[in-house]
Amino acid sequence: MTVATDTSVTSAALPMTKALNAGLRRAMLDDPLVLLMGEDIGPLGGVFRVTEGLIAEFGDKRVLDTPLAESGIIGTAIGLAMRGFRPVCEIQFDGFVFPGFDQITSQLARMRNRHEGGLVMPVVIRIPYGGHIGSIEHHQESPEAYFAHTPGLRVVSPSNPHDAYWMMQEAIKSDDPVIFFEPKSRYWPKGEVRFGESGTPLHASRVVRAGTDVTVVGHGAMVSVLLQAADLAASEGISLEVIDLRSISPIDYGPILGSVQKTGRLVVTQEAPGFVSVGSEIAATVAERSFYTLEAPVLRVSGFDTPFPPAAVETHFLPSPDRVLEAVDRVLAY
Amino acid sequence: MPSSAAVAYGLDGAETCVRMISPHGVFEPNAAAEEFLPYLDRLTEADHRRFYRDMVVVRRFDTEAANLQRQGQLALWVPSHGQEAAQVGSAYATRPQDHVFPSYREHVVGMIRGLDVVDILRMLRGVTLGGWVPEAHGNFHLYTLVLASQTLHSTGYAMGMQLDGSTATGNPETDQAVIVYYGDGASSQGDANEALVFAASYQTPQVFFLQNNQWAISVPVARQSRTPLYLRASGFGMPGTQIDGNDVLASFAVTAKSMDDARAGHGPSLIEALTYRVGAHTTADDPTKYRDPDELAYWVARDPIVRFRSYLQGRGIEQEFLDAVDEEAADFAADTRRRALEITGPEQSVIFDNVYAEPHPLVAEQKAWLDRYEASFDEGEN
Repeated sequence: MTVATDTSVTSAALPMTKALNAGLRRAMLDDPLVLLMGEDIGPLGGVFRVTEGLIAEFGDKRVLDTPLAESGIIGTAIGLAMRGFRPVCEIQFDGFVFPGFDQITSQLARMRNRHEGGLVMPVVIRIPYGGHIGSIEHHQESPEAYFAHTPGLRVVSPSNPHDAYWMMQEAIKSDDPVIFFEPKSRYWPKGEVRFGESGTPLHASRVVRAGTDVTVVGHGAMVSVLLQAADLAASEGISLEVIDLRSISPIDYGPILGSVQKTGRLVVTQEAPGFVSVGSEIAATVAERSFYTLEAPVLRVSGFDTPFPPAAVETHFLPSPDRVLEAVDRVLAY
Repeated sequence: MPSSAAVAYGLDGAETCVRMISPHGVFEPNAAAEEFLPYLDRLTEADHRRFYRDMVVVRRFDTEAANLQRQGQLALWVPSHGQEAAQVGSAYATRPQDHVFPSYREHVVGMIRGLDVVDILRMLRGVTLGGWVPEAHGNFHLYTLVLASQTLHSTGYAMGMQLDGSTATGNPETDQAVIVYYGDGASSQGDANEALVFAASYQTPQVFFLQNNQWAISVPVARQSRTPLYLRASGFGMPGTQIDGNDVLASFAVTAKSMDDARAGHGPSLIEALTYRVGAHTTADDPTKYRDPDELAYWVARDPIVRFRSYLQGRGIEQEFLDAVDEEAADFAADTRRRALEITGPEQSVIFDNVYAEPHPLVAEQKAWLDRYEASFDEGEN
């Protein structure tokens, strides 16, 4: 860990868990008001070990192992933020955020507005999310749309270790509450983290692979699926432009609209159910703003509108490179 | 004949319930009150007069605000009639450096902490979602309308006092603590219970002040709890004390001790104040549909203001003072009415202001759009 933020080291190949750990550590070194709160985040280091070693370094006044109550974690984090602290809360799994949903949506998201600007709510809520890990119920979900629908929240999701390192620090610096979705299927693959190179702005989307025929958009773990799809498509002579959304609220439409200007075709993808989803929002907005450049209807590739299924059949539920390419074929055939 | 709820939670004959002044206004502390008697030594004759004055003024204000609602000048009113002693006594037990997290019925607590009650009316008149800056108004935080949400905020705030070293230093003049108000209905909420768990775990400097006014809109407290609510405290690992909430001296003394203990680093505690919501839950409520008139009569006969007036009269307070308070209350109400009717605003831009602290493109676009859209009507008229 210390290697990761040693200033003499300019880059390292790290898994996302360690990149997040380094980002948290950097933020805690930079600002003594940053606190970590959550279940099992102390000596254990969190069930995914994202906070490993931090209680030893910063003590139990900066890393708070809390009682097992999500509303309690969020509600007390709000009180701590009112007092001037910058709490970073860990929710253990995606499906466990809902006991804290009222405090997030009715309190945290509105606290600044209710106070007519008299305070800030710099609270980060980290949520490991998404499928592909073969786990049990409530451990593989993608609930980001609920939070993106709530005014007052910012919602982001990194797709790779470098972004995770920088976006965590940016989220903690934000004076607004940030829901930070961590794609847990991407926790372990290593990627290069460049410590000296400031990241892309927190809410910027980004073209991660240039192409000319079809624009494909996704966030979190979908980005690696899209890159696999682009490789497969290239072998068939089809050029996909892949956009990593990075921020779900607000959405940075610049790169998306710029890409659609070029390709005229858009496929939006997500693990979450498609009904009233982030992908639906993007499809509607692109149709509103770029109707005449579209050569085909915008298509969505999503999880189905069902509960996340038993893990034994999750590969049939989750959008795969082939499911993305099926949609690509349809927009090209239009 | 009082209803079963009044018997179960009645004020008469419960030796465990701290009481200083009898319902007839005689100073006769019961056995449970003994350990709290020294705290009454802090009160001067002027304090007694202030207690009485504040209770009378807020009741008159409460009536005026309800009238304003009936006349369409407020969207809603939340009466505090009957709960004046619990609120006034506890509020005077706080110190300037303390923080107060109200529910939404603690109007006189706000007054005592320095809040202009017209700011409360601004929220209920629908011109703001908040109304005041807590740090500029005696650290009296905003009303919270989702029941018990504020209990967690208060516990987090108290954790912050510990983390930034503002409490338990041994200096009672600067050590801080939190008092949070909630009610018998809110005591069933998960958040109230989670707040007690967190408070006990971190030994926060705070007092949970539970006003048991017997009714959560139409549901009696017997449906919220099979056990007296103060007994729940021991299950969370903190002291719990039940008080006669219509006895302003009991409320002051017990809260003073609890807040002292909190500031000194002795951890959280819970006070259950037995009182009664004499009025409706809000102006949208009709308690005649669910309450026994005998029960109401039982509690009206134990009115906190009548009781304290009898007590003061027994101590020889002059009638001129009591008359002057009535006059002050009438003037206060009239002034409040006048100022309430002068409340204006806000500008439509408030829709978009302060949703975020930092720029947000969607909000900015929609604000600009609404301005253009509404300006287009003006152009049409020209």
